[in-house]
Formats: sequence, C-alpha cells, structure tokens
Amino acid sequence: MSAVIEEHHDDHHDHKPTGIGRWLFSTNHKDIGTMYLWFSFTMLFIGGALALVIRAELFQPGLQFVEPEFFNQMTTLHGLIMVFGVIMPAFVGLANWMVPMMIGAPDMALPRMNHWSFWLLPGAFGLLIESLIMSMMGMGSAPNFGWTFYAPLSTTYGPDSTDFFIFSVHMMGISSIMGAINIIATIMNMRAPGMTYMKMPIFVWTWFITAYLLIAVMPVLATAVTMMLTDRNFGTSFFDAAGGGDPVLFQHVFWFFGHPEVYIMILPAFGIISQVVPTFARKKIFGYSSMVYATSSIAFLSFIVWAHHMFTTGMPVATELFFMYATMLIAVPTGVKVFNWVSTMWKGSMTFETPMLFAIGFIFMFSIGGFTGLMLSIVPADFQYHDTYFVVAHFHYVLVTGALYAIYSAVYFWLPKWTGNMYDEKLGKVHFWVSTISVNVLFFPMHFVGLAGMPRRIPDYNMQFAEFNQMATIGAFVFGFSQLILLWNVVKTIRGRSTVKATDQVWEGAEGLEWTIPSPAPFHSFTTPPTVK
Amino acid sequence: MRAAIRVAGFISLILSSGQSLAEYQLDMRPGVTSFSQGAYEIHTLVMWISVVIAIVVFGAMTYAIINHRKSKGHKPASFDDNLKLEILWTIVPFIILGFMAVPATKVLLDMEDVSNSDMSIKVTAYQWKWHYDYLGEDISFFSNITTPDSLSVDTSCNVEMDENYLLDVDNRVVVPVNKKIRLLFTSNDVIHAWWIPAFGVKKDAIPGFINESWFKTDKPGVYRGQCAELCGTNHGFMPIVVEVKSEEDYAAWVGIQKAAAAEAAASAGKTWTMDELMAHGEKVYATNCAACHQTSGEGIPNVFPGLKGTPIVTGDIAKHIEIVVKGVPGTAMQAFGGQLNDADIAALVTYERNAWENNTGDIVQPSDIKAAR
Repeated sequence: MSAVIEEHHDDHHDHKPTGIGRWLFSTNHKDIGTMYLWFSFTMLFIGGALALVIRAELFQPGLQFVEPEFFNQMTTLHGLIMVFGVIMPAFVGLANWMVPMMIGAPDMALPRMNHWSFWLLPGAFGLLIESLIMSMMGMGSAPNFGWTFYAPLSTTYGPDSTDFFIFSVHMMGISSIMGAINIIATIMNMRAPGMTYMKMPIFVWTWFITAYLLIAVMPVLATAVTMMLTDRNFGTSFFDAAGGGDPVLFQHVFWFFGHPEVYIMILPAFGIISQVVPTFARKKIFGYSSMVYATSSIAFLSFIVWAHHMFTTGMPVATELFFMYATMLIAVPTGVKVFNWVSTMWKGSMTFETPMLFAIGFIFMFSIGGFTGLMLSIVPADFQYHDTYFVVAHFHYVLVTGALYAIYSAVYFWLPKWTGNMYDEKLGKVHFWVSTISVNVLFFPMHFVGLAGMPRRIPDYNMQFAEFNQMATIGAFVFGFSQLILLWNVVKTIRGRSTVKATDQVWEGAEGLEWTIPSPAPFHSFTTPPTVK
Repeated sequence: MRAAIRVAGFISLILSSGQSLAEYQLDMRPGVTSFSQGAYEIHTLVMWISVVIAIVVFGAMTYAIINHRKSKGHKPASFDDNLKLEILWTIVPFIILGFMAVPATKVLLDMEDVSNSDMSIKVTAYQWKWHYDYLGEDISFFSNITTPDSLSVDTSCNVEMDENYLLDVDNRVVVPVNKKIRLLFTSNDVIHAWWIPAFGVKKDAIPGFINESWFKTDKPGVYRGQCAELCGTNHGFMPIVVEVKSEEDYAAWVGIQKAAAAEAAASAGKTWTMDELMAHGEKVYATNCAACHQTSGEGIPNVFPGLKGTPIVTGDIAKHIEIVVKGVPGTAMQAFGGQLNDADIAALVTYERNAWENNTGDIVQPSDIKAAR
C-alpha cells in the first residue's frame, strides 16, 4: 500500500502543518480522532473527580464534606460529563481513526464538518463546567436536577445556569449529528472496491447503525431542551401543569431520546469486542451475519422500550405490559451476541494481551449488567428497584465495565497502529487487574444497598447502608487513581523512548485493512484504494 | 490538626461498625403485602434464572480460556457458524422469557386493581415534606423529618445516629390493619415518589396528576420509606412513616386527632402574648422554614435568601405576611397560606421579625392574618 502516485503536491502522504496550527485547523481524520480521544480522556478525569466527591460524602452517614445542594450538582455534572463528554466522544474518536482505515479510504467523507463537530465540544463543555466553577466561587448554582433533568425541577425550579446547560446540550447535539452524518457518508461512499456491506468489519457495522440512531434521536433531545427553554423564558407551559402542560410529557420525550442513547453508548462497544476477540482467539468471528442482524434488532427495539424508565409514573396497565414485554425481548439479540463471542473463543488459540483481557472483562461484567437489566424490565420488581442503588449498579456495570472497558480494549488494541510503538504490556496488565478488582468493589455492593432500600441521589443515608457504602467508596478511590496507569502508559507509548517498535500487522492474529498499512499509520491511510476480495 | 481528627474519626467509625456488620441486608425483603411478596418472588425467580444462565455461559467461557489457549499448543478450529445452534439459542431464550412474563403479569394485574377499597388517603408532596388527607374523615396533617441537624455539614463525625436516622417524622400516617387502603398521589411543586419498600408501593407524585395505588396488610407495625425521585436540595430528607394499628387503636387515634383539631380551632380567636408567639413561631419556623432559610436565618448563599437583617422581614409587615401566605411564584418559596393556620402564620411572622437580632418589636396576631388573607 505504500506505493503512492503523486499527482498533486498536497496529496503527499505526510504533508501536514506543524505546531499548534496542525491541531487547531486540522481536517485530518487521524488528528481529529486524536483530539476527540484526548478530549474524552480529560473529561474522564474531571467526571471521575466529581464521582470521588460523591463517594467521599457517602463514605459514612452524616454530611461531612458538601452541602446537599452541591451534592446534587455533583451527581448531575458527573452524569452529563460521563455520558456526553467521555463515552460518546471516545467512540467518535475511535470511529474517526478507524473507520476510514478499516474500509480502505484516505479520510472521512466530510473533513471540514468533522473539524467543526469536534470544535463544538470544548465550547459545550466549557459552558457546563463554567457553571460549576461559578457555583464553587459562590455565584449561583450549577445544574442540580440530575443528568435526566426532569421537569418541572429543571424548568420552574431550575437554577439560572439551566439556560447555559440548554445551550450546551444543543451544541453537543449538533456535534453528534454532524459526526453521525459524516460516518454514514464515509461508510456509504468510500468503501474500497469489493467491500460489500456484508464484508465490512463488525466495528464499522455497529458504528453505521449507531450513526442512524444518533440522527434519529439527537433532534428529540434538542426538542426537549428547546421546550424547556421556552417554558423558562418565553411563557410557554409544555411541562407546567399550572399552565395546562404535562410534566410526564417531558419524560416521554427525554426517554424517547434516552433509550436509543443507551444503545448509542454500547453498540460501538459491541463492535470493538467483535474485532478484538477473533484477533486474540486466532479464529474468525462466529456468526458474522447473526451479529449484524442482532445489532439491527437491538437498534430497532431501542425505539419501542423507552417507557420502561417510567413505570412508576402511573401508566395504564396495558402500557406497562407492552413496555415490559418489549424490554424483555432485548435479552434475545443481546444473548446472541454474547453466545457468538463465547463461540469465537471456543476451540481458538487464545493469548491474553491487554486488549483481550479488557474484552473478556467486558463480556463477563457487561453480562452482569445485562442480567440486572432483565430483572429491571419486570414491572412488579421494578417498583422496588426503581430509583435505588440497584439501578445505579446496573447502569455502571453496563457503562463502566461495558462501554468504558471496550474503549480501553480499543485503545490498547490500536495504540501500536496509531503511534508505531508497542505499549508497555506489563503496565497494561496491572491497569486491567487493579481496575477490575476495584471496579467490582465499587459497584457490586451497590446492588445490595439498592435491594435493601437505599434511594439514589441522596447525600446522606441511614446506618443500615453504611458498610457497603464504605466498601464502594474505597473501591472508587482505587479505581479512580488506577486510571493514571493508563495515562502513563499512553504517554510512554507516544514518546516511544523505551518501547518496542510495532510491526505493520502488530498482532499475530490481526486481520483487516488497517493492519496492511505501516505503523504508525500514514497521514492519509489509503491514497489509492485497496481491493477487497 | 483538624484533618488528623477527621481521619481518626473515620478509623474509629470503621472499627466500631465491625460490630454491626451482622445487620446488613443483601437481598430484597419480602415485605408485608401481597404484592411486595409477589415482587419478591418474581425478583427471586428472575435472579436465579440469571444465575443459572450465567453459570452455563461463563462456565463455557472459562473452560475455553483455560484449555483453548496458544500457550497450551491449542490450534484454532476453522468453524465460524452453525445455523442449528444459532436458531436454538435464539428460540430457547424466548421460552425462558415466557416463564418470567407469566408470573410477572399476574402480580402486576393484582397491583393495579384499586377497586373495593375501604378507605382513601390523599398524599400531596411538597418540597420537602408530605401532606396526608384522610378523605371523608376530616383529618389532615403535614409530616416532616425529625432527625436533628440533619441538613448541615458536620466534619466532626459526632452526629448522633440511631437506627431510624433520617427515617423519622413528626406525624406518622396511621392506618387500620386488614383494610384495603387506597392512596391518591399528587404534588404541589416538583415530581416526588412515595415509597415504602415493605409494601412494594412506589408511585410518583406529579403536579397536575393524580396517581393511585393501594396496600393492605395483616401485620401491625411501623413501616418506613423515603422519597425516591430527585426533588431538589433536600430530596434525601423527606422520609415516610406508616404505622399500621389494630382496629381499636386506630379508632382511638382518630378520636385524638379530632379533639386536637377542635382545640386548635378554639384558640384561633384569642390574643397571644409576645412570648407565646415567639415560642410557637420558633417551632413553626423549624418545621417549615429552616430547611431552606436555615436555623440561623442566614439561608444558603445564592440558593436560598437569608432572613437575618434583611428588609423582607424588617420592612413592611403587610408585604412580609403576603410573601408567607402567597409565596413567590417561580421560586422555591411556597404559598404557606394553605398549609398553616392563622395562629401558626402569626407566630411565624412575629418570630422572623424578632429573631436573629432583627428585634423589630413587631407583634402580629392571628386576627391580623385572618384580615390579610
């Protein structure tokens, strides 16, 4: 692939601006991907710091560190930053880096839009974090109504910074929609000759479907916040019962966005695991086409299950039954995926480098989150689980040991291709084991306090919940600080002084176009399209 | 130095908590109503089905991880699909889900049947307390948290906590045993959720909506729960306590409530002294106002305004009364006119005008409030 025909000077492989301008003005998919990933990594530490404030306060009963008002700001911003600032940008960053390389394209289809969609994010999160800084300086309150911002708590009763929050969500939404359009345009138009849809790598497939979900639901989120904006500032009453509005409408609109959003945060993770497991099992992915169909089914079902977040709002019993049955159905395609991964490992020739460790960790712990998800779908039991720590445990298993673990797996998997250097395998393994032990000490006890009756989002609690909260806090601090191991490993790999150079193929069992180009990958991956048989 | 004391406090707490480890709870409790027991049974069923599936799937994975590894010289097989197997593991989960769906549907239909109730209580949520109205009985009251000083940060680790820390209220909901009690839920401000784990009842209280649910138990006792929907600053501090009594004890309680209401009505017309007003006002303030404006009257900067030395309470009396009675629309300041009687408001206004060195010397009588309404 390194043979390049140069017609124009600008097409040269590694021609790129230098210095700060390279990053500020870049329209290159790799540079933008890198910026997305660093942005996400930065937000991970900010959102993590907020989580540690929460866990410090919950270390024992009584209020020791923060006022309830500030505690609510912590839970709200922790959720918003982790969902919109960490998981989503990390996946977009990975798509930016990998999709063109995996389909044999030189760059994304719409590079300038790519540039814009990234640069909206620092603005959006700058606004959000600014409201927190102002709150800490004693000027008003940051958003304090939970990341789900239910009306009327966020409208009539919201702090002044809510309007900043609304603007910030609008910018995140525009950024996501543009990112999604770009990914669809790239996948549809820029595949190498011979790469039919059913020959695309699973990661490309899952992102293709995710991009459609984004385009379908981000406008719904924009609608919700726009209705909030007019309720707050222009005298409308969409969500205000006193003006003839309906507070439950907010929840329907929010969760019509929110449930597909959950799959937006997990489908690309499924794609990553489906790349990593076959590589280290040295065996083709089991059931490629059923993987594609299962992903599509999950995406479809995600649109008809939203009200399972709202069983306690008082729906007609027929509605409750519909949403219960529809939600239970999701277990089927999700089960198919897990069975396929296990079958891929079965009779393989496995090795356990760090990406594989995180992938196996994902399959175990994501499944635990899947089982609790099934339990939550059962309406009578959900009345007991709803808004307790059981739910907190459930979605952290799915999002931390699910989505975040898949991102870690992807970073270790592709870092040698990005940098040309192998990461420190020993450090990677230490990172995996310390994280995996501490993350379970952190989240597993939350199941118990939830079942025992501890509501979520409370700054203080009854004595009966004390032991497991202490345990969770200890796990949280170890887990939080162990992420510095990853930071150190990444920095060390990029600097490349004491590391082994990566080969083009990097991993013995690696298959796919991205492993046919040199490591580090050239600035424009494929200037002449490769042919796929 | 302070940090060292704090660390020492944590360590002593960890050591002392070792003794109470036996009390912790791992699983959901079965509760005392038909549907808390139904929820418990379906929870247990689904959990154990999940555990069995997990053992099979994780077992296969673990077997492969141990045996099918390169370091043991295992060569990769070449299969990458198996149609029969794939159809099987799509169909079997459907059947398993059916076994869960049938009992779940039964329990749910029982829960949602509120017909033929023996009595009804209307529950109205406020930031951050509950109001109970016994329909047709002429009994209604507010229920507030009673845990002392629960809302201020105390770094000394010396907060006294008993087993009902954060779970105690001044006025309990009292109901008779073996009667079907229908509950109607609504809210005065934001969305709250009324939850008693032992009853299996969790329902949102939504402004502009009336939700309903019910419970019936044959076990007298005291049952505790908390608000389960984030409702603002003091969401963690609005507990619920229901006391289930025998038929006779319940009748006695109803008698006491009615006598107390008659006494309050009688005292509404009398003229109060400054001392009486201040003493009563301090109580009313602690129950209704201190959560936001704080016991010190200093409020929370930029969130809730202070009352110490501010023109709101040292200026025009009529304006002050109007704010208390009608609230301030669009803010967290509620209209207390419907929540408190004339004597309560008179005492409260007098207290606010004279406490915290405000010392205006103003005295407001219940008759002034009656006139101002």
